[in-house]
Amino acid sequence: MEQHGLISKIGGLLRSGEISCTELTKKYLETAEQENGRLNAYVRLTPETALKTAAEVDRKLSAGEKLSPLAGIPMTLKDNISTSGIETTCCSKILQGYVPIYDATVWSILKQQDAVLIGKTNMDEFAMGSSCETSCFGGAKNPHNTERVAGGSSGGVASAVAGNLAAFGLGSDTGGSIRQPASFCGIVGFKPTYGAVSRYGLIAYASSFDQIGPITRSVADAALVYDAIAQYDPMDSTSSDKAAPAFSSLGKDIRGLKIGVPKEYYDGIRPDVKAALENALKVCQSLGAEIVEFSMPSIKYSLPVYYILACAEASSNLGRYDGIRYGTLTEHYADRDEMICRTRSEGFGAEVKRRILLGTYVLSAGYYDAFYKKAQNLRGTLVKAFEDAFSRCDVIAAPTVPMTAFPLNFTARDAVETYLTDICTVPVNIAGLPGISVPCGFGSDSMPVGLQLIGARFSEPALLNAAFQYEQAAGDDVFRALETGVAR
Amino acid sequence: MNYELVCGLETHVELATKTKIFCSCTTEFGGEPNTHCCPICIGLPGTLPKLNRAVVEYAVMAGLATNCEISPVSKMDRKNYVYPDLPKAYQISQYDMPLCRNGRVDLSNGRRIRLNRIHIEEDAGKLVHERGNTFVDYNRGGVPLIEIVTEPDLRSIAEVEEYVEKLQMILRYIGVSDCKMQEGSLRCDVNVSVRPAGQEAFGTRAEIKNMNSFAHMVKAIEYEYDRQVDLLMSGEEVVQETRRYDEESGCTEGMRGKEDADDYRYFREPDLVTIRITDEMRETLRAKMPEDPQKRLTRFGSDYGLPEADARLLIEHRRIADYFEAAAKGTKNPRAAANCILGQMFARLGSEAEKERFDVAVSPERLRELILLLDAGKIRMNLVKSTLEKMLDSGKPASDFLNEKDLAGLSADDLKAICEKAVAENEAAAADYRAGKGKALKAILGSVMKATRGRADPQEAERLLAELLKK
Repeated sequence: MEQHGLISKIGGLLRSGEISCTELTKKYLETAEQENGRLNAYVRLTPETALKTAAEVDRKLSAGEKLSPLAGIPMTLKDNISTSGIETTCCSKILQGYVPIYDATVWSILKQQDAVLIGKTNMDEFAMGSSCETSCFGGAKNPHNTERVAGGSSGGVASAVAGNLAAFGLGSDTGGSIRQPASFCGIVGFKPTYGAVSRYGLIAYASSFDQIGPITRSVADAALVYDAIAQYDPMDSTSSDKAAPAFSSLGKDIRGLKIGVPKEYYDGIRPDVKAALENALKVCQSLGAEIVEFSMPSIKYSLPVYYILACAEASSNLGRYDGIRYGTLTEHYADRDEMICRTRSEGFGAEVKRRILLGTYVLSAGYYDAFYKKAQNLRGTLVKAFEDAFSRCDVIAAPTVPMTAFPLNFTARDAVETYLTDICTVPVNIAGLPGISVPCGFGSDSMPVGLQLIGARFSEPALLNAAFQYEQAAGDDVFRALETGVAR
Repeated sequence: MNYELVCGLETHVELATKTKIFCSCTTEFGGEPNTHCCPICIGLPGTLPKLNRAVVEYAVMAGLATNCEISPVSKMDRKNYVYPDLPKAYQISQYDMPLCRNGRVDLSNGRRIRLNRIHIEEDAGKLVHERGNTFVDYNRGGVPLIEIVTEPDLRSIAEVEEYVEKLQMILRYIGVSDCKMQEGSLRCDVNVSVRPAGQEAFGTRAEIKNMNSFAHMVKAIEYEYDRQVDLLMSGEEVVQETRRYDEESGCTEGMRGKEDADDYRYFREPDLVTIRITDEMRETLRAKMPEDPQKRLTRFGSDYGLPEADARLLIEHRRIADYFEAAAKGTKNPRAAANCILGQMFARLGSEAEKERFDVAVSPERLRELILLLDAGKIRMNLVKSTLEKMLDSGKPASDFLNEKDLAGLSADDLKAICEKAVAENEAAAADYRAGKGKALKAILGSVMKATRGRADPQEAERLLAELLKK
């Protein structure tokens, strides 16, 4: 498998001594500095942390110590993953200046494995958005075409990884925030089963949906990173010990694999996107997989269910930002109520406010039963619908997004229209399933299209293997559209 | 018209766990502000709560001790409201699936106070107002509480008092809380309404928040009863509202009206998983629980022949009751053991806190040795007292203070000889007694007691002396 991923490739260069980790790190830091003006992928570079880790990796290499597969690999974290001593803002004005005093569990793990943090990456404010443009630092751009968005909300990670500003990154996926930008940027975005990766230290948007996962250049990379971070964490009560290693199961034959195609996922998607997906399914068939068509009518409830429940949780999770303990505080106020009110009015952007208000409304006395409770019930219906689907097939194949990357400022026009673009990604979060977006060609606008594969809970090894087999068979022309960062 | 008081209580009790409900910070009272805090209990972004198992166990024990049903499945909910002492802007509590339901506390007048529920939740921090500034101290934030909610079953202030006292006794007894009102580990919200005597329907209620002293609670209910009766008598209506008690004026006053009623937007806490209590867990906890204090009280009467008042004092603190039983075990004179505790030992323990700790220099086994000497007739009660004093002072066993002669006891002949000698040596007193001054006998008795170093039975000696003096 060594040859199949960027991480393994870089690891090989480091181990063979072809390049030192310090050299490699400097190269990535330089690229990040040069390119960030164009891409706005990073909101903060961390050269000191990076070079310190790199020196340590070089020391260990020369001492002949055994290193983890992620040791020395230049990577990035979305700015909602807490990093002790490094400002973490969720790209919101309200958290500017906030420096966590503890590490997110995923970052502790990666730190321990000597991964090299290049910087913290751009995102939609509090992970709310589909274009990265709600960031208080301005949006990240798509490396394929800087007139287009990188996607959201983990747009910074996707832009950095696609643009060679990092070898891999961790994003968070609440309604598609890993898979959608990966699809827009032509790379791999993997959202694991809810509970497979600890959320401790991930600044919450919607707790029962949020999931940390890797954004990488290949499925093999995603599996490597997943294996590192999918650990049971006693600090997160919802974390599970059921995750099985995925990397070692890559390469298995997928002959006879039943790929489910629920027709609702394909309704109303752009014709060029549909064509790319149909091609991808043909590639899978050529590998011996079997296509199973069926219907999942309850998919149509996904968007309202998602926006009601996620916003309800968000309204509660974001109540703590009052400027009293950390982050920014308004300058002028007469009393406590005004202090909190003004801090929040000035600190939160329009999209965050919209979702807090929506969430507060649906939880309010008198509306709870009509909205929140009904959405909870429908969530159960959707979970059941997926269980039924997985009794008919092994994985589900769907578009990641019904279109390609939007032009800049496209989403500002209509919030609801933007919400509609999440239609294919949110069902996975509602049901807590693993889902991966793999590039599957280009649209008529020459922008990447993503194929989404969805598995049953904790079926990561089989799901990633299916994605890997497709990726290998599809070949370079649909997959690696951009050169990799280490041109050696 | 006569009006009847109707009260319901919501009692918040701090659990005696060593660590907080969602993290491993200490629950110790006091401390420099914000020193008992971590990222979790101050709700830093990204942190997640982790439910302390001991909290659930203590709450289940509280439920078992009050005859509640223990829910096999329950969950935590978020109660959303904004206040600077609440760092997450929601309190993690339980809403529609409390851990314990349908309990009861029986009062001495035979009335049964039904408990609607007992649920677990976290405490908030506190605001400190100093020099015109307001500061927040989160040391208490995340301290585990149970909320015990009664049905509106209380009908008088006496019942309220007895209910709270009983609750305190039960919870202290099973060791789940120290129930100290003055340290805020027991606080009551009191729902008060009145209705014409004989009427079935309840009147409109007012809730008086945060009573943390018995005296204030009594005054607040009295005031509120009078206020509501006055309103109804003058044809006005009671408004449903939350009121606070002002200690200085002795009045209750409205805090907020109905128009801005709270909307806590309760919903399931997504960061915590379902709480499951299996039958086995419940029964293991039940087996761990000490005897029900009410049953023990009755048993102290039947097994040891103690008057109820004495038994009640011993039972109030479980450690003392256990001490008593260990000391009285196998003796013929358990009341003497009780008297030693309630008399001389209590005299040395000033505060309730000291009583609760019951840190005395004499082990129950050593007290038992002393009582056994009394049983065997080797020493008299007064010698028990003086010896116990010395034991309490020194921590040494009784044998250190009793010589062989003491332990040998005093024969009837010896006593008679000593009495005769005393009469002979106190001629003046003897003459006075014979002349009709009854009190003079005491002087002669004193010299008998002195001569026997307290070994004589005073009553027996007195009888003998009177007999001798008649001659």
